[in-house]
Amino acid sequence: MAKITIDSEKCKGCLLCITFCPKGLIKVSGKFNKRGADFVEFKDSGECLGCVQCAIMCPDCCIEVYK
Amino acid sequence: MKKIFSHPVSLRKTSTHYCPGCGHGLCHRLVAEIIDELGIREKTIAIAPVGCAVLAYDYWDFDCTEAAHGRALAVATAIKRVRPENIVFTYQGDGDLAAIGTNETIHTANRGENLTVIFINNAVYGMTGGQMAPTTLLGQKTTTTPLGRQANLQGFPLKVSELLSQLPAVKYIERVSLHSPQEVIKAKKAIKQAFQNQLDNQGFSLVEVLSACPTYWGMPAHKAMSWIKEVMIKEFPLGRIK
Ligand SMILES: Cc1ncc(C[n+]2csc(CCOP(=O)(O)OP(=O)(O)O)c2C)c(N)n1
Ligand code: SF4
Repeated sequence: MAKITIDSEKCKGCLLCITFCPKGLIKVSGKFNKRGADFVEFKDSGECLGCVQCAIMCPDCCIEVYK
Repeated sequence: MKKIFSHPVSLRKTSTHYCPGCGHGLCHRLVAEIIDELGIREKTIAIAPVGCAVLAYDYWDFDCTEAAHGRALAVATAIKRVRPENIVFTYQGDGDLAAIGTNETIHTANRGENLTVIFINNAVYGMTGGQMAPTTLLGQKTTTTPLGRQANLQGFPLKVSELLSQLPAVKYIERVSLHSPQEVIKAKKAIKQAFQNQLDNQGFSLVEVLSACPTYWGMPAHKAMSWIKEVMIKEFPLGRIK
């Protein structure tokens, strides 16, 4: 059992987390934050490994991981 | 559930001005994590460069100062000599460290000052609009090499780490990259070593970090990661240089 949280106000929509999540659990939200970025969202399907790959690659330190 | 990946204390929670996918933000986090882990936040002094990372002092939550373009290592030398009990490091781009600051870089390394240097190689000048840097690859298009860099006109990519490794007073040089989680973990290990060397009074340590500038490479962030892996590393091979 693991999950991530994403700071959607800090997210710039670079999508690196989507590239590196081995389970494809992060998706573009289709919404915009205050800085005008189409931020990403975590789709919790109970499959998150807690591998921290998304958090390691996030250039804006938006992701925290729980396991 | 326990938190297994958290925001480092030494990194402020503010949003940065960096472009989406820029390697500067990632490298700032690595430095902050290392300073937390080594427990040296109260005695660290950073010198920010001129370049996109000019505002690094707004993002790190420890003492920082700023140097004129290229002069970070001269300022670092002065601070470290006056306050040897502090941990002093510079964070510099390729324009700052290897163009306007070449002189300060070479002489500081040659004196073997007990300093840590984080050298961000993104193969362009980001802040000023994507001009050619000394580290720009042959054939790479920039705003000042619109047809691609040509050796007969602009010379070859400058291998600063290899050059500096020839100097007897230099203790440690490693080249790392931020293009995948595995490489980021290795990058962190190398940067931590460069700080540990200073704590152990070992002398001049530099880590060259291959870092994406998606904006002036003209590609989305994930393509910038592939470009580092498939193109940039061929010119700038990773690993311990000294
Ligand atoms: C004395 C002086 N000359 C030129 C400049 C203009 N200038 C600002 S940043 C920069 C280059 C930055 O490139 P780099 O060090 O590679 O950092 P990046 O922005 O790519 O992170 C230049 C030439 C300046 N600020 N001061
Ligand atoms: S111009 Fe390049 S180096 Fe500067 S913030 Fe943007 S991506 Fe980063």
